[in-house]
Amino acid sequence: MAVSKRLLNAPKIWLQRHAQVALSSLGRMVKNQLATLMTCAVIGIALAMPLGLHVMLGNLQRISGAWDSGASISVFLKQTVSDERAAALAKELRLHQRIEGVELISRKSALEEFQQLSGYADALEALDSNPLPALLIVQPKADYTTAETAQLLVRELKLLPDADIVQLDLQWVRRLQAITVIAQRAVVVLAALLGMAVLLIVGNTIRLEIQNRHAEIEITKLIGATNAFIRRPFLYTGFWYGLFGGVIAWLLVAIAITLLSGPIANLANLYESSFSLSSLNLSTIFSLLFGSSLLGLAGSWLAVGRHLSAIEPS
Amino acid sequence: MKPKTKANNTLIHFDNVSKRYPGGHTGLSNVSLRIEAEEVVFLTGHSGAGKSTLLKLIGLLERPSNGQLHVNERNLSRLKKSQIPYHRRDVGMIFQDHRLLHDRTVFDNVALPLVVAGVGHKEIGRRVRAALDKVGLLHKERSGPITLSGGEQQRVGIARAVVSKPPLVLADEPTGNLDPALSEEIMELFMQFNQVGVTLLIASHDIDLINRMQKRILTLNKGQLVADTKTEPADGGE
Repeated sequence: MAVSKRLLNAPKIWLQRHAQVALSSLGRMVKNQLATLMTCAVIGIALAMPLGLHVMLGNLQRISGAWDSGASISVFLKQTVSDERAAALAKELRLHQRIEGVELISRKSALEEFQQLSGYADALEALDSNPLPALLIVQPKADYTTAETAQLLVRELKLLPDADIVQLDLQWVRRLQAITVIAQRAVVVLAALLGMAVLLIVGNTIRLEIQNRHAEIEITKLIGATNAFIRRPFLYTGFWYGLFGGVIAWLLVAIAITLLSGPIANLANLYESSFSLSSLNLSTIFSLLFGSSLLGLAGSWLAVGRHLSAIEPS
Repeated sequence: MKPKTKANNTLIHFDNVSKRYPGGHTGLSNVSLRIEAEEVVFLTGHSGAGKSTLLKLIGLLERPSNGQLHVNERNLSRLKKSQIPYHRRDVGMIFQDHRLLHDRTVFDNVALPLVVAGVGHKEIGRRVRAALDKVGLLHKERSGPITLSGGEQQRVGIARAVVSKPPLVLADEPTGNLDPALSEEIMELFMQFNQVGVTLLIASHDIDLINRMQKRILTLNKGQLVADTKTEPADGGE
């Protein structure tokens, strides 16, 4: 009876003990507020850098994505194609399954626009015929706006017997995307490096803590504490450091976004865009806090594994 | 397992045990002795005679270099490292310098062996108060050890050593820093624990005090057991 009761109580006692250790290691950290705050701030700043860059890249991708989808294909028709034929072709293309819309700039209107804008009106008057071709501005459907699928459409349009030059003005968007990919890699590398830094910061802090509590560890071992028992408060301390560091990183980035959002909205206004800086979403915050807690735990695990076994009572 | 314990009452068995330290210093050489359950044994000798070494071997703070050492039917020469904590839970240890945690209350210090062993919250409260009551410090449970006198600190150490009811308690110079009256009190306390079945091994160089207790005395000299005198108790209590 006694044994089975004890067994039934075991998980409860286990939980109780963990909760107690978690809270007491938290209490110990709160007692040394300044030192704790400084360690957490260092972790927070280290994590805020890759996090901030990640958010910035996310925004950049949103902008370039918008440009990308706004990209249209210019189809310059042959000189010999009449405006009537161009209008018929535009009508035909509008029915194409990959095409959202087609804007026709007829030879006539192209000439008028050119005369207006270029200031060569007199020179053009002297010409016998209109030297400008008709232009179809093709807007691909939303599903076909990525660089690759748009390229497919370009190839198809080039096959049109009336088409002369087909241009997809995406080169610079693609370059931007390539740069973004590089930047993304750089953020990953930076995150890995700074993650390692966090690991070492927590590890070193825990190492000092172990040294400070040398006598206590010795006495606890004398009394029959297992290594797991002695390890536990240090692991919880590492966990808390990681978690609070993550929270500080979150706050820092949130503050930075708030500070930047005003000027950026201003800038966007000047470009007649409604772009606004997107903030941290829930899944990012969750992965940040999860990751930082894990880093803290791993850092303390490293320190504990190395230094606890070296302390034996004498 | 139980009948075996009944049949064999030997709690501690040194069989030709030697302990040499790196550098050539000899702690113990070829010591053989048996201590039965519920005995009280004093360990005496000059400083450096090997008293502390003997206690450390029993508490597995050190391992024997040679020979066989059994405590509580455990072969300590062969005990795995991971098993050491469980062995120590069966051995209460008392030190001359008390070894209390100064950032915790008296209550928390005494509770430590129970916390370590995973005893439930309520049970801890009950047993810690019982142990503190026994050593007469129940009213000091919320104090820090530093506010207590030397004798009181030693009593906290004793309460911590017995709170988990180990069959064996080791004490290394428990009265070393105390005046005769306080030493007498501490010894009285030890005898009370012995009466409820605790085996005691007490190292002390206070010959007068030891002789007055009329118990078995082991004398060490330069790491060797030179005398094992058994004084029969006058009242023949065993």
